[in-house]
Amino acid sequence: MPNLVESLYNIRILDELAEKRTIIHNIHPLMKVLTTGVYLMVTVSFGKYELSGLLPLIFYPVVLITLADIPIVPIFKRVLLVLPLIIGIGLFNPLFDKNPMIVLPWIQISGGWISFFSILIKGFLTILAALILIATTGMTRIASALRIMRIPRLFIMQLLLTYRYISVLIEEVGRVVRAYSLRSPGEKGIRFSNWGSLTGQLLIRTLERAQRVYHSMCCRGFAGEYNVGREKGMGIGDIVYFVGWSLYFVIIRYFNIPAMIGSLMMGVGK
Amino acid sequence: MSHHIIQVNNLKYKYPDGREALNGVTFRITHGESIGIVGANGAGKSTLLMHLVGVLFPDEGEISVGDVPVTKKTLPVIRQRVGMVFQEPDDQLFMTTVYDDVAFGPRNYKLPEEEVEKRVKSSLDTVGILHLKDRPPYKLSGGEKRAAAIATVLAMNPDILVMDEPTSALDPKSRRRLIMLLQSFTHTKIIATHDMDMVFELCERTIILQDGKVITDGPTAKILSNVELMEECGLELPLGLQGCPVCGTK
Repeated sequence: MPNLVESLYNIRILDELAEKRTIIHNIHPLMKVLTTGVYLMVTVSFGKYELSGLLPLIFYPVVLITLADIPIVPIFKRVLLVLPLIIGIGLFNPLFDKNPMIVLPWIQISGGWISFFSILIKGFLTILAALILIATTGMTRIASALRIMRIPRLFIMQLLLTYRYISVLIEEVGRVVRAYSLRSPGEKGIRFSNWGSLTGQLLIRTLERAQRVYHSMCCRGFAGEYNVGREKGMGIGDIVYFVGWSLYFVIIRYFNIPAMIGSLMMGVGK
Repeated sequence: MSHHIIQVNNLKYKYPDGREALNGVTFRITHGESIGIVGANGAGKSTLLMHLVGVLFPDEGEISVGDVPVTKKTLPVIRQRVGMVFQEPDDQLFMTTVYDDVAFGPRNYKLPEEEVEKRVKSSLDTVGILHLKDRPPYKLSGGEKRAAAIATVLAMNPDILVMDEPTSALDPKSRRRLIMLLQSFTHTKIIATHDMDMVFELCERTIILQDGKVITDGPTAKILSNVELMEECGLELPLGLQGCPVCGTK
């Protein structure tokens, strides 16, 4: 159980990574939010059998992770947490869609499997992109970008406070679980009969804690808007970043680059 | 009129569950005073402090800071004048770095970023943790967290400092450092605590609360050395005034 608490505590690594100062971190948050938006739209717009077209999209997270100096393992671990959900979504595709799509002399791959992998890759890439955005920008700066985009203040507040609540909740879970495990030797989890009172306690405690945090924010002049300080103005570099990536995404959306390279190679081969 | 004056008149407050927390509290605090608010658990200390910064509003009675009554409309002014240090520093530190946490208040008042930076650095310097400015708050020690929480309030340039149990959960050295720090402040200070020795050292005036009422209000030396009064209110003499546990001398 301590491992569970420890790994939950590590959620803050994203905030810590966002404090780095690399070329990617220095890009204006608005441009990063917009670029991620375009990336997500392009990724999900691929048809369910267009597996090869998705491959060049991997280039974007690879470049960002490298330039922003983000450690791969903690980010991938977080993606893996969501992966069961994605697998759940695509699980039945191979069972229901058995039309052979790729017929090779030694194996037949059905459309179901292709679409399953397509969902898997899309899910993986979109979550990765969102995590990279948070790890290179930070939630408060993302909020300021959303504010520039005229997203209503209420939604942004909801987003920020929910994000803040996660760590409050985790800390309380940590305390409750620790207290429980100390008084229940030999137990590996929490007994089913105790779930109700424990979650009820958690809810009340986190609400109280959240209320205190909110009060302390109000005492320092909080009036519904996070101010993240001086946001540097947008430069040419920021716009080039957005336009460059968007162009790349659009190109790979309309031209199947891996297929083109493949046919080129075949052509050369002939 | 000075901004540093706090006038509390016949303050009454009941919690939503019907528990009476304050039952007619009245006092006046003037410029530069250091007041210790003491009382047993549940006496109403924290509730009183919450009223001073407008987190709670009284059912009856009124509070004014300087010539401004504490109402919903005047909250921005009140909260700039009265800085509150919460009991639990973790409740007060919620940004990703100490710097951003201390800058949170000044930025909310839309100060230019140069001024924000000046205030942040000077507050952190005052509490002696300027070198921790880029650290995430949750990685600080208890004493450092407390110092950071005080810095977040100092950065607002308040006239009055209100503190709830500032020495709780501090090791002896951090406690001593905090007392010396508070001694160096010229602000009007209102400190709710169970640490009688700190009150004895820091505050020239003490208010004892019991069951939401002011039992006594006067010079600390006189009140905290009154054995009968202290026992009646569920309190104890400061350790410094108790007998020596080794040789038994009084």
